[in-house]
Amino acid sequence: MIASAFGVLFDGFAYGMLLFLLSVGLSVTLGMMNFVNLAHLSFAMLGGYVAVTLTNDFRWPFLAALPAAFLAAAVVSVAFERVLYRRLYRATDLDQCLLTIGIVFVSVAVAAYLYGTIQQAVRLPSYLRGSVSLLGQSFGTYRLFLIAMALLITALVAAALEYTRFGAQVRAAVDNQRMARALGIDVDKVFAVTFALGSGLAGLGGALAIEIIGLDHAFAFTFLVYVLIVVSVGGLGSIAGSFLAASLLGISDMAGKYYFPELGAFLIYFVMVALLMWRPSGLFGRR
Amino acid sequence: MTSSALSEPQRYLEAQARWHPLEIAFWLATLLPFVLAPNYLVLGSQIAITALFALSLDLILGYAGIVSLGHAAYFGFASYTAGLIAKWGWGEPLTGLVMAAAAAGVLGYLTSFIIARFRHLALIMITLGLGLLLAEAANSASWLTGGADGLQGVRMWKLLGIFEFDLWGTTAYSYSLAVLLLLFLVARRLINSPFGLALRGIRENAMRMPAIGAPSPAHIRKIYTIAAVIAGAAGALLAQTTETVSLETLSFQRSADVLVILILGGAGRLYGGLLGAIVYMVARDQFSGINPQYWYFWIGTLLIAVVMFLPNGILGGLGRLAPTVWRRA
Repeated sequence: MIASAFGVLFDGFAYGMLLFLLSVGLSVTLGMMNFVNLAHLSFAMLGGYVAVTLTNDFRWPFLAALPAAFLAAAVVSVAFERVLYRRLYRATDLDQCLLTIGIVFVSVAVAAYLYGTIQQAVRLPSYLRGSVSLLGQSFGTYRLFLIAMALLITALVAAALEYTRFGAQVRAAVDNQRMARALGIDVDKVFAVTFALGSGLAGLGGALAIEIIGLDHAFAFTFLVYVLIVVSVGGLGSIAGSFLAASLLGISDMAGKYYFPELGAFLIYFVMVALLMWRPSGLFGRR
Repeated sequence: MTSSALSEPQRYLEAQARWHPLEIAFWLATLLPFVLAPNYLVLGSQIAITALFALSLDLILGYAGIVSLGHAAYFGFASYTAGLIAKWGWGEPLTGLVMAAAAAGVLGYLTSFIIARFRHLALIMITLGLGLLLAEAANSASWLTGGADGLQGVRMWKLLGIFEFDLWGTTAYSYSLAVLLLLFLVARRLINSPFGLALRGIRENAMRMPAIGAPSPAHIRKIYTIAAVIAGAAGALLAQTTETVSLETLSFQRSADVLVILILGGAGRLYGGLLGAIVYMVARDQFSGINPQYWYFWIGTLLIAVVMFLPNGILGGLGRLAPTVWRRA
């Protein structure tokens, strides 16, 4: 039982890292512009489908498809930002919610039209399949890869935010948008770039997710709740908060499914409501 | 001078409460399906139920400004209550409806203490979380609710002991419409009262309301409970007219749909939810006939268009075209 507890912890952490990749961009853009972008996972889904098409139809290697997924999601998201989103920055939460839910609906229908409603599979290279044994424990190679990838990205993002000029501008804009503007920071431009990077990360997450949680036309809808939980529990605009919340959610969801399958997702919803009632602005939120 | 200033809000409320000819025409038009489209009475009853549900969301969202992504909780809770009451041997519709709506009201009153404490994203997430919690609970308690198979064995008695629930939906439509009209009148009276004005004040600025003597949390608790009762009545109607209850009544999908319907019609207007329900349900009936896959494409496009071009919904757009005619509706 102890061995399997460790396994659950490992799988849960890998799952949590996936959720982190999917939600970190939303957390930062929500914190900066207060723009409720429920269509964040539509970009993740786009990344997923790009990876599927490239590896299966064009015979690209999986590792080459990942940057392509990132790029595709980033570029398309910028187009949406320029055409639709920027008109609603001053609108109410509700209008933003509705616009982006509309985009989710359209993207789900388009995905169903193009790819059908079946689960997609991605061709993994042989070195990412199977598992490695370590100290009498076997770990899925792909999950190890996923965790390494997520930790690397977290380190990169955290370092970029901490040590670069652009990172300082992003932090200033998250802390106090109006003050940042007054100091001469072009918040709209910073936001557009951050938005593209965040959506790109979601696209990457979508491509990485296929092997773990699958990909179908309803992806943008099914996992929205999980991403919103990560964002709201972690606190808006907080990388550390998102990381912690995603790990917590991944592990508790996996443990719940493993040990109390009859409860279903009851456990995580309960934890979320309780956490939010305790700290309405999230674990690391300031507002 | 003071006396005229004092009577100003009163005169405003009286002007609001006056019946507009278009309103009367609207309610008369709801009788048309009996004559013009007797084959669509089942759809008509679905529309009336959805309209009632949208009306209840309008009370908290449109008037008090409480955004909820979990409103289906009260709808579904009452649906199961009504279904279970009938299943356990009391198939009388009217008392069943009252009991189920009251049960939803109790649930609403209990949760309103949580709702009144939060705003913004935390509030959206908490309403969403509570809705999902209840849906999961119903899914887990399959011995009671029938789980994914739905609640079977609901048998309703004749309405008022005379009218049987038939396949053509004549009774179902009349019943749903009557309940809709009754609760609409209640909502209309409520909105055109000082309490209704206070709610609009809360929507505009919840912090400032207590400063002028209107306690926001107490008002929010009250309207939230009332909205839960109305949502419960809608849910009970659905259970009684279809004689089955599925998990879908509690789902996030239903909460999202009713939000879309309300925004489509125009939130913060009494007829917004009603009009939205008619447009949405008829469009879904037509488009789903062609291909259910594409339904979401059209509703998504419609949503984007409404947010971009019609900020106050269909009613708001009409209102701009004919400001004097529709202002009161």
